[in-house]
Amino acid sequence: MRYIWIIPLLPGLGAAINGLLGIRYFSRRTAGLIACTMMVAALGLSAWAFWQLLGMPADARAFDVVVAQWIPQIPLATRTGIGMFSVPWGYRLDPLSGMMILVVSGIGTLIHVYSTAYMADEPRGGVARFFCYLNLFCFFMLTLVLGNNFLVMFVGWEGVGLCSYLLIGYWYEKKSASDAGKKAFITNRIGDWGFVLGIFLIFSTFGTLDFRAVQNAAATMPVESMQFGVLSVICLLLFVGATGKSAQIPLYVWLPDAMEGPTPVSALIHAATMVTAGVYMLGRNAVLFSHAPHVMMIVAIVGVVTALMAASIGLVQYDIKRVLAYSTVSQLGYMFTAMGVGAFSAGAFHLMTHAFFKALLFLGSGSVIHAMGGEQDMRKMGGLKKYLPVTFATMMIGTLAIAGIVPLSGFFSKDEILFRSFVANKAIWVVAVVTAFMTAFYMYRLMSMTFFGGYRGPAWETASHAAIAAAAAHDVAHPADAHAHGQAHKDDHEVSHGPADSAGGHAVHGAHDDHGGGHGHGPWHGPHESPTPMTFPLMALAVGAIVAGFVGIPAAIGGGNAIEKFLEPSFTASATVAEGAERASVERPAAAAAEAEGEGGEHVSANVERGLMVFSLAVAICGILLARKFYVTSPDISERLAARWAGPHRVLSNKYYVDELYDKTVISGTFGAGKGLWAVDRNVVDGVVNGSGWFTLIAAWFSGLADRSIVDGLVNLVGRTVEEGSFSFRKLQTGLVQNYALLMLFGVFAFVSIYLFIR
Amino acid sequence: MITPTHYMLLSAALFIIGVIGVMTRRNIIIIFMSIELILNAVNINLVAFSMQLHNAVGQVFAIFVIAVAAAEAAVGLGIILAFYRNKESVNIDEMNLMRW
Repeated sequence: MRYIWIIPLLPGLGAAINGLLGIRYFSRRTAGLIACTMMVAALGLSAWAFWQLLGMPADARAFDVVVAQWIPQIPLATRTGIGMFSVPWGYRLDPLSGMMILVVSGIGTLIHVYSTAYMADEPRGGVARFFCYLNLFCFFMLTLVLGNNFLVMFVGWEGVGLCSYLLIGYWYEKKSASDAGKKAFITNRIGDWGFVLGIFLIFSTFGTLDFRAVQNAAATMPVESMQFGVLSVICLLLFVGATGKSAQIPLYVWLPDAMEGPTPVSALIHAATMVTAGVYMLGRNAVLFSHAPHVMMIVAIVGVVTALMAASIGLVQYDIKRVLAYSTVSQLGYMFTAMGVGAFSAGAFHLMTHAFFKALLFLGSGSVIHAMGGEQDMRKMGGLKKYLPVTFATMMIGTLAIAGIVPLSGFFSKDEILFRSFVANKAIWVVAVVTAFMTAFYMYRLMSMTFFGGYRGPAWETASHAAIAAAAAHDVAHPADAHAHGQAHKDDHEVSHGPADSAGGHAVHGAHDDHGGGHGHGPWHGPHESPTPMTFPLMALAVGAIVAGFVGIPAAIGGGNAIEKFLEPSFTASATVAEGAERASVERPAAAAAEAEGEGGEHVSANVERGLMVFSLAVAICGILLARKFYVTSPDISERLAARWAGPHRVLSNKYYVDELYDKTVISGTFGAGKGLWAVDRNVVDGVVNGSGWFTLIAAWFSGLADRSIVDGLVNLVGRTVEEGSFSFRKLQTGLVQNYALLMLFGVFAFVSIYLFIR
Repeated sequence: MITPTHYMLLSAALFIIGVIGVMTRRNIIIIFMSIELILNAVNINLVAFSMQLHNAVGQVFAIFVIAVAAAEAAVGLGIILAFYRNKESVNIDEMNLMRW
C-alpha cells in the first residue's frame, strides 16, 4: 500500500513512452500494447491496494503516502493569522478513492483494449498519439482521485480537462471537432474559476488544504442552516467547479458536443470517469457540504433539473451518441441530486454503476457505428439485432440497467437515490421519477431504432443484395449512399455541421460522424459484428453492469447495503472529532450524511421503501413498453405525435435553444465587450498615446527653434567675433624671418629703453 | 694705449654690422655669417672686460660661446642644406611656411 503512488505513474509512463517515441517510431500494435500493459499493471496494483484496504479495520481505512514536499512552507495570511502554505504531493487511499481507482483503472483498461480495435484504421502516428492522450488521461484521473489535498486534486482536475480537450479534438482537422474541444475547455474554465476560488477560500478559512484536516476543522463548526456563512460560500464555489466538470446546468452544453471525439473517449472520459469528478469532489467534501444545507438544496435542485432537462432532450435526438450524451448529463444530474439530499454514498454508488452501464452503452454504440461504417443517425439503422448479436445483447443489458430493471445494477443505485430524495423532498422525488420514466423511454427508443424493426440503412455489395446494390449505385440521390462508402465522407460533414443541423432531416447524420476519414478498409460490406478486442470489453462491462449493483442491495429487501457502510468513513469527519460533531448533529438537518441514514430509516418504514421500489420499477417498465409501442409495434404513432406537438418537439430537438441562448448572451456579450474594450483601446488609450506623441512633437519643434536661434546664435556669435578679430591680427604673421627679427629688435630696444629711462 | 673703450667701440661696430646684415640681407648664408659676427662682437666684449677686471670667467665664457657657435654652425648649415634641397634656393623670403 505504500506503493499507491505508482498507480497513477504507470499510465503516466505509458503516455511518456507513446508520446516521446511512439508517435514517431511505434506501430499501431506496439503503441496499443504499451498503453494496455500500463493500464493492466495499474489495474492490478489498484486491485491489490483495494484488497489491502478491505483488510484494514472499517473505521481506519485510510492510508496516506506523501511522495515529496511539493510546495515548501510559505507564510500566507489566513483568517486566523499567518498560516503556513505548505502542500505535500500526497496520495490518500480511502474507501471513496479506492472505489474510484478501481473504476478508473478497470474501465480504463477495458476501453484501452477496445480502442486497439476501434482505432485500427487510423494512421499509425495518430494511434500512438491517441493512446498517449488516453494514458495521460488515466494518469491525471488517478491523480485526481488519489490526491490527499485540494491542490493535488486540482492538478488532476486540470489535467483531465486538458486530456478531454485533446481527445475531443483528436480529429483536429475537422472543424467541428476542434470547435467542440475548445467549447469543452472554455466551459470547463468557468467551472475551474469557481473551484480555484473555493480552494483559496478554504485555505484562508482553515489554513490547510489537506482533505482530512479541512473535514475535521469543518466538522467542529456550526451547521449554517440559518445564515449563508463561509462554509456555504466555499461549497457554492466548489459546486460551480463541479457543474463545469460534471456538465450540470448551466455549464452542461459542452458534453453533447464532446461526442465529436472518438467513441472510446466518449465512453471513458465523457461517461465513466472524468465527468464524475465533480460528483467525486462533492463526496470528498461531504462534511463541508453537510454543514451548508442551503447549498445542498441548490445542488439537489440543479441536479434534478439537469436530469429532467437532459432526459427530455434525449427523447428526440437521432444521433445515437447524442442520446447517450444527454443520458449521461441526466444521470450525472441524478448523482448531484443524491449528493444534494445528503445521500453521498448513494451518489457515489450510482457513479460506480453508471460508469459500468454507460461505458458499456457507449462502447456498444461505438460497435454499432463501427459496424455501420461511421453512420451515427439512428434513422439509418434498424434491425441490426441479427448482424450484431453480441453488441445487441450487451447493450440490452446496459439499457435495462440504466432504466432500472431489477436486478441490474442501475436499479439499486437509482432506487437508493429516489428513495433518499423521497425522504428529503417530495418535489424532487416527483421530478426524479419523471426523469426515470424518460430515461427508460429514450433508452428503449434507442434500442428499438437501432436493433429492432426493419433495416433502414444503406445498401451494400454482396451477392444476395446485388439488386439493391445496383439500385443504390444508380440512384445518386440516395441520401445515405455517400456515407456508407467511406470515401465521400469528408465533404459531407464539413457542410452539414452546426447547431441547426438537427432541425433538418438528413443534416444530422454524418455531422457527428465518428470516422473522420471514412471507414478505412475498402468498400463497406454491410453491418458486421465487431472484432474480439471490441466485444470482449462489452461483455466484461455487461457483467459489471449486472453485478455491480449487488454491493448495494438495500436493507429493506434483505441486503446489507455493503457499499454504503464501506464508503461512509469517507463522508464523515474522523473519529477524533466525531464527538464534537455529534453535539451539532442535534440541529443538523436530514441532509447530513451519516445521520440521515438513521433518520430516514426511522421516519419512513421499510414498507414505504419497498413500495417505492415497486413503483419506480413500474415506471421504468412503463417507459420501456411505451417506447416499444412507439418505435417497434406501431412506429407511426411517434410520427403523428411529433407532428401534432410540433412546437414542443422543435424545442426539444433544438435542445431548448440553450446553445443559441448562450450564443446570443454570453458569447456575443463577450465578443461585444471585447469589441467595446477594443474601441476604448483604439480611441482612448491610443488617443492618449497619440496625443502625447503629438504634444511631444510640437514641443520639440519649439524647443528646436529655440536651440537653433538662441543657443546656436550665441555659439556662432562667439565664433564669428573670434574669426573677424583674428583676421586683422593674422597679418602680423608675415612669414618673413627678418620681419620677426626686426620686431624682436624693436622689442629689445623698447625694453632696454624702458630699463634705462625708468631706472 | 688701447683702452676698453676701443674694444667696446670695435665690438659695437661689429654688432651693428651683424645686426644690419641679419636685417637686410636675403641670402641665408650671409645672415648666418652676420650672426657669427654678432657672436664674435660679444666675444670681444667678454675678453676685453676679462682683461680689464683680471677675471678669467670672461675668457671661459668666450670659449663657451665659440664652442656653442661651432655647434650652431653645424646645425644651422645642416638646416640650410636641407632647405636648399627642398627649395633649390637659399633665399630667406621663401622660408615662410609658418605664415598665415
